[in-house]
Amino acid sequence: MTNILIAGVGGQGTLLASRVLGRYAMISGKDCKLSEIHGMSQRGGSVVTHVRIGDKIYSPVIWEGSADVILAFETLEAARVKHYLKKGGVLLVNSEKILPMPCITGAAEYPVGLQEKIQETCENVCFIKAQAWALEAGSAKATNIVMLGALCKLCGLDKGVMAQAVAECVPEKFRALNLKAFELGFERV
Amino acid sequence: MKELMLTNQAIARGAYEAGVKVLSAYPGTPSTEIAENFVKHEGVYAEWAPNEKVALEVAIGAAVAGARAMSCMKHVGLNVAADPLFTAAYTGINAGLVIAVADDPGMHSSQNEQDSRFYARSAHIPMLEPSDANEAKEFVKLAYEISEKFDTPVLLRETTRVAHSHGFVELCERNEVGVRPYEKNAAKYVMMPANAIKRHVIVEQRDKALCEYVCSLACNRAEYTNENEIGIVCSGVVYEYVKEVLPNANVYKIGTVHPVPVPAIREFAGKVKELYVIEELEPFIEDTLKAAGVACKGKELFSLQGEISVPVIKAAFGLSADETLTMEKVPARPPVMCAGCPHRGVFYVLNKLKLSVTGDIGCYTLGAVPPLSAVDTCVCMGASVGMSHGFKKATDGEAKCVAVIGDSTFLHSGVTGLINAVYNQSGITLMILDNSTTGMTGHQQHPATGKNLKGEPAPVVLLDELVRACGVKDLAIVDAYDVKAVEKAVKAATASKEVSVIIAQRPCALLDKSPKPKMNVVNCRNCGVCMRIGCPAISKGENGIVIDPIQCTGCGVCANVCPFGSLVKEGV
Repeated sequence: MTNILIAGVGGQGTLLASRVLGRYAMISGKDCKLSEIHGMSQRGGSVVTHVRIGDKIYSPVIWEGSADVILAFETLEAARVKHYLKKGGVLLVNSEKILPMPCITGAAEYPVGLQEKIQETCENVCFIKAQAWALEAGSAKATNIVMLGALCKLCGLDKGVMAQAVAECVPEKFRALNLKAFELGFERV
Repeated sequence: MKELMLTNQAIARGAYEAGVKVLSAYPGTPSTEIAENFVKHEGVYAEWAPNEKVALEVAIGAAVAGARAMSCMKHVGLNVAADPLFTAAYTGINAGLVIAVADDPGMHSSQNEQDSRFYARSAHIPMLEPSDANEAKEFVKLAYEISEKFDTPVLLRETTRVAHSHGFVELCERNEVGVRPYEKNAAKYVMMPANAIKRHVIVEQRDKALCEYVCSLACNRAEYTNENEIGIVCSGVVYEYVKEVLPNANVYKIGTVHPVPVPAIREFAGKVKELYVIEELEPFIEDTLKAAGVACKGKELFSLQGEISVPVIKAAFGLSADETLTMEKVPARPPVMCAGCPHRGVFYVLNKLKLSVTGDIGCYTLGAVPPLSAVDTCVCMGASVGMSHGFKKATDGEAKCVAVIGDSTFLHSGVTGLINAVYNQSGITLMILDNSTTGMTGHQQHPATGKNLKGEPAPVVLLDELVRACGVKDLAIVDAYDVKAVEKAVKAATASKEVSVIIAQRPCALLDKSPKPKMNVVNCRNCGVCMRIGCPAISKGENGIVIDPIQCTGCGVCANVCPFGSLVKEGV
């Protein structure tokens, strides 16, 4: 059983990332459930998507202390959900910052030294510049696929199957771009 | 063939496989994707109705005419459709009729946490509740069987966690049931007192027959492990959590939450150590069992609010929680209006003019949060208009207030409030924020967009003509990005004693995907005025404000409020 929690900001493509992992499960002949929340949170708020892959899945939702892997698309969101990680789990973070509205208006401050703090408390944590690498591949929108490339390498998932899942889940005209983003994430992590 | 499907997609698939011909719905999270997926199938008809009442009436009409029909809505939508619902229970159907309703425990995207199971009991309509995607598809087909066997509409309830989860679904062929002949039958379909009195008797008889029948259904089942273990009664997503946390417990899984299969559960209770009911929201199943004399524990262990979860069940049964890392205290990231949102400038003006704003349901409810902080109230679809009228009547017309409503919500139920304001002469000011779509639920078409659910061209209801036809003389149309024009229009409208309407036009910023200009910062004095519009693309830097070029759409609202002309549009 593998529990993967994907955390990010509405509009960052966390839903597509979960769909790709679902396709990965299907090609691998495993059971899979995904859970997500649409609607209001889409509008620039925190979003969390749950992916569970195994022989037989009941709950579609991952709970605190049970995630094998967390894919965090933003540092603040990594800090927000890291208590979902199980002991020894892997935390993969896109190190780019997106300011939440309370920080923009000055009502709150984006925590200083957050990355170091996360690194101190988690055993297996990896920060990557996923958005910068996605831009290199051709679009910031491919940040999610860069993250999947890095996940594949870090957790020893089947690269060929994941690449196939990516190819099947993205529109044809963006396929080459996304596969390049996937490759960059895999190679550089 | 197996496919990984969103439960809402699986419900649409189930309707397709059941031979449903007509579907009518109004968008509402978490139910919207049912209609959006159903319409993709060949040989079916599906539409967005202007509201849930109309949607259900369409489905009732189609079912009486002989075609299997479906109507879909969120829990509060069922309030809107409650009028036809209660009487459709009396008329019964001809071909099968299923109403899919999505509850939202935890209020991920809703204004209340009402429990729609009470509608089933109150209207005397059976209700099924699936636990996952594959079951949802199968339950839809079962619902049509029950509907036609017992001549009744059937409710299919899902909750957010079920509606918006994916699971593998086994695909089957469509059952081409065709259209049944329609025969005129006034005693059955004309619900005036003399007929309705007779139909009510049939409704009660049907209830009794259903109570017995549901005990024989495979969707209501006991899963025994050991007679020395406790027994858990549950339904929906809670079943999945129970199987996760209490693998040794005996479980009674309910498929029909109304009527609850009481005799079968009584038998189950006799074979287990102690009986517990775990359910989200109200003690619906628990109260039913207790009223029937089946002893059980429930809400003394679980809250009436929010969602049940694996940790909640663990805590209730004294099981140790999983070890976790410390939780960080970090700033919240609430949802915000997108960069380029046409609502932003409007709320900036309303806040600046210190008006009381009766708000409504949509993205523009976000006009209530800082720094815009413009909206005073949000109750239900269309309430902005009636509430502004009430503000005026309470203060003998003195209240400085404006009603704000979206284009889709205005057509849903705002227009009747406007007719009331004209007829009863309150002199309200109504702003229709026309972004040419139903935004919050993910861009659905409506009668004023010029397209139908399929995306095909459709006749357009012109909002300005509709407003005039309601008797409004004072109508202004402004560009929502032109903050100065908006301010001028609001000042003029609120000064008038007549009912006035301002239509602020601009399509939703997420609809136009063409390359956009970007705002450029020149000689910024860091005065902070542009920070008051709450744009996520603007942040404070050391030497003035910084524009995030990835988010910026060049809408120019910031340039409109900058007192020093430091924001300049560049490119494209």
